[in-house]
Amino acid sequence: MRLPLAWLSEYVHPGGDPWELADALSATGTEVAGVDRFGIKAEGFEHLVVGKVLTAEQHPDADRLKVTTVDVGEAEPAQIVCGAPNVAAGQTVAVARPGTVMPDGMKLKRAKLRGVESQGMIVSERELGLGDDHSGIMVLPDGIAAPGTLLAELFEISTDVLELELTPNRPDCLGIYGMAREVHAATGSPLTAPPWAGVELPPAGELEGVTITVEDPELCPRFTALVYDDVTVGPSPTWMKARLAAAGQRSINNVVDITNYVMLLTGQPLHAFDLDRIAGGELTVRTAGPGEQITTLDDVVRTLDDQMVIIEDADGPTSIAGIMGGQRSEVVPETARVLMEVANWNGPNINRTSWKLALRSEASSRFEKGLAPEQTLEAQAVAHQLMVDLTGAKVRPALIDVGGAPAEPVVIRLRAQRVESLLGSSIPLERQEAILRSLEFEVAPAEDGLDVTVPAFRRNDVTREADLVEEVARIDGVDNLPATLPRRRDAAGRLSPKQKLRRRAEDAVVGRGLRGIMGWSFTSEAVLDRLRIPAGTQRRAAVRLANPMSEDHALLRTTLVGSLLDVAAHNLARGASDLGLFERGAVYFTNDESPLATEEDHLAVLLTGRVAPPTWADGAPPAADFFAAKAVLEAVARRLRVDLEFRQAEQLTLHPGRSADVYVGDELVGWVGEIHPLVAAAWDIEQTVAMFEVDLGAILDVAVTVAGEEQYVDVTSFPAVRQDIAVVVGPAVQAADVVATARDAGGALLSSAEVFDVYEGEQVGEGNRSLAVHLEFRAPDRTLTDEDADKARAKIVTALSEKLGAVHRG
Amino acid sequence: MAVTDRITEIQTEAEQAIAAAGSTAELEELRVRFLGRKAELPNLLRGVAQLPPEERGAVGKAANLARQALEGRISEREAALAAAELEDQLERDRVDVTLPGTPAQPTGSLHVLHQTWRELEDVFLGLGFTVLDGPEVETVHYNFDALNHDPAHPARAWTDTFYVADNVVLRTHTSPMQVRAMEAHPPPLYVVIPGRVYRRDYDATHLPQFHQVEGLAVDEDITLADLKGTLLSFARTVFGDERQIRLRPHFFPFTEPSVEIDVSCSNCKGGTLKDGSRCPVCKGTTWLEILGAGMVDPNVLRAVGSEAYDPDKVQGFAFGMGIERIAMLKHGIPDLRLYIENDVRFLEQFG
Repeated sequence: MRLPLAWLSEYVHPGGDPWELADALSATGTEVAGVDRFGIKAEGFEHLVVGKVLTAEQHPDADRLKVTTVDVGEAEPAQIVCGAPNVAAGQTVAVARPGTVMPDGMKLKRAKLRGVESQGMIVSERELGLGDDHSGIMVLPDGIAAPGTLLAELFEISTDVLELELTPNRPDCLGIYGMAREVHAATGSPLTAPPWAGVELPPAGELEGVTITVEDPELCPRFTALVYDDVTVGPSPTWMKARLAAAGQRSINNVVDITNYVMLLTGQPLHAFDLDRIAGGELTVRTAGPGEQITTLDDVVRTLDDQMVIIEDADGPTSIAGIMGGQRSEVVPETARVLMEVANWNGPNINRTSWKLALRSEASSRFEKGLAPEQTLEAQAVAHQLMVDLTGAKVRPALIDVGGAPAEPVVIRLRAQRVESLLGSSIPLERQEAILRSLEFEVAPAEDGLDVTVPAFRRNDVTREADLVEEVARIDGVDNLPATLPRRRDAAGRLSPKQKLRRRAEDAVVGRGLRGIMGWSFTSEAVLDRLRIPAGTQRRAAVRLANPMSEDHALLRTTLVGSLLDVAAHNLARGASDLGLFERGAVYFTNDESPLATEEDHLAVLLTGRVAPPTWADGAPPAADFFAAKAVLEAVARRLRVDLEFRQAEQLTLHPGRSADVYVGDELVGWVGEIHPLVAAAWDIEQTVAMFEVDLGAILDVAVTVAGEEQYVDVTSFPAVRQDIAVVVGPAVQAADVVATARDAGGALLSSAEVFDVYEGEQVGEGNRSLAVHLEFRAPDRTLTDEDADKARAKIVTALSEKLGAVHRG
Repeated sequence: MAVTDRITEIQTEAEQAIAAAGSTAELEELRVRFLGRKAELPNLLRGVAQLPPEERGAVGKAANLARQALEGRISEREAALAAAELEDQLERDRVDVTLPGTPAQPTGSLHVLHQTWRELEDVFLGLGFTVLDGPEVETVHYNFDALNHDPAHPARAWTDTFYVADNVVLRTHTSPMQVRAMEAHPPPLYVVIPGRVYRRDYDATHLPQFHQVEGLAVDEDITLADLKGTLLSFARTVFGDERQIRLRPHFFPFTEPSVEIDVSCSNCKGGTLKDGSRCPVCKGTTWLEILGAGMVDPNVLRAVGSEAYDPDKVQGFAFGMGIERIAMLKHGIPDLRLYIENDVRFLEQFG
């Protein structure tokens, strides 16, 4: 909201510069986003003065210009060239002398126009930022002030404006007077009586020819109306235009301007109907029928639902209540009789209608936050005064008031002890009392504190003791509180074993030289298609957003592959050739048993290009492949003390011969493989891309049972015996089969078995492979002899032969 | 020639040869030639028994002395030659130490947001908080209702919040974990919850996904002053010992009283840079808004539905901060979109 300080100063005048006031407001809970200067600039504003046109003659060399002499309060009149068609001798006008800085930042100088010197400019409203009218110069009432009087003394044409960012709980601050109260409380500067004070309204009653019916008092707690005759619609006076303009409101005509002016001042929206255009003289407030349509002032046909409230006359709907009026009954230049409606609407209902229709207005933005029904009469009072003063209107003798005044105000006990225990610092009772009074709360002493009566305009916001504590604290200054630490009874800050191991897993990957990324949680069907994920599989069970921002972001991801490929493609397209990337983050699956998703914590790695940067000593490190990705995964598993099992597997995303499923025990926890060339091509990647993705959460669940609290194992007292064997196996036998069989046969003494060489060639027969295996034997209680190892090794050789048909080579 | 003269002659010849030897290999040859099994001097020694008894003493002694002398010479010469040869070898090994190391060791890092995430966890671990995580796909109950959001609160709008179903959203903040944490754990409770959150906003200053850290402390006697002290510790740990914080009253549905917290700008003095221009980080205000916080609203405690969290018996503070913003302030990152672009030239700059 814009808060013009010149207007504010009619009610409270803290003085100082606008930034001081901004700081005082910020410190007490009203955020000030900035300070804007409205109108002509402060610098040089003494050059904008009242002038009296003495003569106005045709310019000798220009048809459209006149040469005038203007009394500007100096010994000699000023000669000014003017292009306005309406300039004439005898007018009182506003003259910008050289030195004035106009609202657009232009600084006026002496100039020659078509050879004639001009000592300034006679200004129009538009040039002062007061309106759109540039048909001619602004003509002031005769005798308004002596020539030479500063224009800024007559009108608020130049003012600092605070740009406020109000919180939704304070609709009372959406008016100048409401902010004046806040400034009063924040600065202690005295507050004048409200603008509605002392205005007498006609007594509540009925008016002939006007019928108001409210069908749903829940949605319209109060509806008030005054009717005016003999209204003359015309332009508003300059002072009002200046105030409206500074607040960011265009001037329309005096009646409409009065509704806007009163809303800006009191925070309560109003609506002026042309009574002669209200069919049947009757207004009915009711909920719309489902699908009912209405054309709003902005000429758009809106389709309503049965929770939206409309106002209709005998011919049908005229406005959407609290949000926007209709064209049919708006005030026009010919209007002579006005029905001034000031109503109170149900905030949540207005809010709902406003966002369902995507239709927001100055009125709806106030109503939706919940105004007090009492505010209706405040606004009626101010508007009444202005209608009489500015339009010559005569008010009819009764106020229509449907709904009437609301219930008794609420009294809340504020315990002194509670203030201290919540804030951690005490505020003297007298200070609490003074603060609350400055905010217009009524205060009475109570045995353990204060009994506080909440003013109507704070009724929705302040309902509990904690709310009063906030009021006291914010005005006293929350920033003055001491900085203490909680007692932290029983508190021990530590990561859980699983959280520690999660960091260990991440650090293992970082230690392999990979870069962590953070990709989008969002994905799309198109990405799942590009990944060739078959319909009906788990990774198609994606959570779908009801209101995505785009089709690209319509699903939640079920795999990290998409975001990693996106990032790889982005970087490859920008000159990178070797990439080692990883992501740890959530993937999401629909869940039949819960409305929520199944969220898994995944870890995925992407390698492409060379595994290490080339150097002067090694110009061609190998390119990352299946085994490179597998090696990173194995490094992670080693750090987590978890044994992984790799089983040849096929999925359409991956190279059919270079991919494996990854198991921990019998649980499938992920996969490793080279991305299928067709999938890589869909991301415009031509080189080999090796990846793995695992359910890190599932692996950590196993890891927490074995890692993190590692216990010492004696490996020095009884050294191991190492032996190697080589066997030739047929094409169907995998390395893991050889290792597993050796492990089984080796028994407790075999502490490790690892394949260290693979040979294929003529000597071992077509399709066969020779695998060489390091065997390590160890006993926990003695040093093994060669004979011990030989025996165990012989058993392994026999088992390999019997179970796998392996031929022992040595 | 007397045998002893021959011994002298051999010794002289051998000493000259040893002195002239140019390598340890040559020296080894000389050892074989003069002291080896077939060499003359050892043979003389072995032949002493055949000599007449009166000669035996003198010859044996002379031969022994000669042998010992030669062995000594050889050892000396060997040490000198070995040292020289090592010297030569080391000289030949000399490299250009300014060449890069090889094989190259790629260096990795966590994403800068991830680093900041961990740093924030560590700060609050040090202050006695534990770390929890929670679901990103969340019910309207935990995300809004239990957090005292008015049924018409604008944040609930489909224009602002991602919906999965009528009562299921992508969490718009980490705050739903407040009530979940209280449901799962009795007081006293000191927890932080880092995590990913979502809002329907995508422009130069908003991403639809971002990250927050939620904090919650509930006990019998937690105060707003405790909140201030806790967050002052946080601000100084993360931004530097010289930092101040400022509390400004604010409004959040789930805290009462509510505050926003600013940290003093470290980039400028009094809002201006050395060249007199306005500080671009704090925009001349000397303060940077970093988080929202407050005392847990009684209605939130009530939403737990447990006697242990009766708002007349316990009270607490809660806060929420954006990880992106903290990382931006710490590292001078100018644009949110850099985080999601994941350009390696960006990723490599941190950690």
